[in-house]
Amino acid sequence: MRWQNLLRGALIALLLALVLRPVWFTPVFAPFAPEGGPVIYDRSSLLSLSLSHLGLVALASTAATLVSVMLAILVTRPAGAAFRPLSRTITNMGQTFPPVAVLALAVPSLGFGAGPTVVALFLYGLLPIFENAMTGLLTLPPATMEAARGIGLNRRQRLVRVELPLALPVILTGIRLSVVISLGTATIGSTVAARTLGEVIISGLLTNNTAYVLQGGLIVGLFAVLIYDAMVQLETRLSRRRAR
Amino acid sequence: MVLGLGAFLAPFMTLAANRIVAGEGVPIWQSAGPGVTLPGLAALSAGLALGVLQIRPVLRLLGAALGLAALPWLLSQGAATLLAGAGQYARVSPGAGFWSLLVILALLAADALNGLSPGPLARAGLLAAVLALLALLLGSGALSDLSVMQEYASRQGAFRDAALRHLGLAFGSLAAAAVIGLPLGLACYRRARLRAALLPVLSFLQTIPSLAMFGIMIPLLGWVGDSVPGARAMGIAGIGFAPAFLALVLYSLLPVVANTVAGLQSTPPAAQEAARGMGMTERQRLLRIDLPLGLPVILAGMRIVLLQNIGLAVIAGLIGGGGFGTFVFQGLNQTATDLILLGALPTVALALVAAIVMDILVELARPIPEGRS
Repeated sequence: MRWQNLLRGALIALLLALVLRPVWFTPVFAPFAPEGGPVIYDRSSLLSLSLSHLGLVALASTAATLVSVMLAILVTRPAGAAFRPLSRTITNMGQTFPPVAVLALAVPSLGFGAGPTVVALFLYGLLPIFENAMTGLLTLPPATMEAARGIGLNRRQRLVRVELPLALPVILTGIRLSVVISLGTATIGSTVAARTLGEVIISGLLTNNTAYVLQGGLIVGLFAVLIYDAMVQLETRLSRRRAR
Repeated sequence: MVLGLGAFLAPFMTLAANRIVAGEGVPIWQSAGPGVTLPGLAALSAGLALGVLQIRPVLRLLGAALGLAALPWLLSQGAATLLAGAGQYARVSPGAGFWSLLVILALLAADALNGLSPGPLARAGLLAAVLALLALLLGSGALSDLSVMQEYASRQGAFRDAALRHLGLAFGSLAAAAVIGLPLGLACYRRARLRAALLPVLSFLQTIPSLAMFGIMIPLLGWVGDSVPGARAMGIAGIGFAPAFLALVLYSLLPVVANTVAGLQSTPPAAQEAARGMGMTERQRLLRIDLPLGLPVILAGMRIVLLQNIGLAVIAGLIGGGGFGTFVFQGLNQTATDLILLGALPTVALALVAAIVMDILVELARPIPEGRS
């Protein structure tokens, strides 16, 4: 457990250094840059690109979480049960759409820029969260539900105090899947003129500058791995607390 | 239902002066003469109404099919009418109304089909019929006035290459991942320590955004191509097919390995016990008990991989790996919507077909509970 924490700290330090002090890495990336070409990406600050990237993902994921958890609650109430098969069909079919294709299809209808990227991230992010929230809310232990009813909680109280807390770990897994997909898709968003870290990689690809490609790839990869890891930690902690 | 009504009012097609400028919307009833639009509209409304009502699934399916049939008919008639009065470079493309109606009717059809719950063979037959109809429709030239089809006509050779490359990337990486992943999964199943060490690494690999992964592959394979003798001759280089292929294989390993382990673990202990009691060797137990019983789960992993790779192969277009992504990113650069569609639509269609086919395979692999074997 200790070496894992050590590794985690090292990766965080590496990421911070890559974003805040990119010049430090000049000797590392120099062999990959074309002869005499620039080594470190300096067309815009890596920090602002990172913040914009994470901001897009956070915005889309928060909206997707709110909407899909609300929809899942509606569909799992008795009144909404009629929509359950249809919503299942929609999630199954929607998830077969490749995220990149969703992004590409959003452009003709919404134009270029950050807008279509956020919409595409939001739309695609809905599906895993909705699916997991629905599963979580439908697979609660019947004995617990019976007990909650028995101590006189009304429907609303049961939802807020029993059902949602019990379903939380499963919902969090859905959110994690959605965030990981969004982080990756946002990278592609730079091809439709959203300001994300993908910009570094793409400009490296366009100018045959492998140093840029590697630099952008490392930063995006580290962000994704660390965020994924943090969410896994949160989930295990929550389910451990529930088990107690 | 509200959505369906909205879709009627939205522009059904768009007419643009050339392939770059934005077009202006044309509602259904202005897209062609009343002799065409009235029956078309009637079929669409009937389809939507039948699809929404709480009636027998067969009727709902028929309704949705009727509506779906009306869509291309309206499109082909409308395109000819609109182009007749426009300039030489005018382009007609399906508008938001068409796409929304298509999605809604397809969802209604899928929902009705779920209600019928046909067997795997029936579904395969249905899929083949739908694909044959689609091929007939595209081949007949009825839609060749549409701008997407015009983009296709001017790039037939490139399209065929891209399709082959895309399929090669998606299926080739699946095959490679299966060859590596199945034995790896088996080893993980036998040794808990290997499993505990390997699975987290693979799932970290999976979280790395695809563009970053493709980017990191480039210097890596470029180095291999430069330093290992003979590697360059085999086509291993920093740009092109090789880095895309390797990245896809790495992404595929987690679903294959994890599902192989889960599939093998899903064998009921009673079956294991019985096999041991019959005096089967470990090898026999694996081949005759564990693998056949775990097959549905293993195939489900393959389904995840195939869908994921069909989508990710689009990104190969950015690093010169070919595939439909080439069109998507060219189109994004030129802001040519039709070119984007030419890349995105086949990808989506391919993913949908792959999902249906893999679902059928998973169902066929599921052991029959009564046990005739």
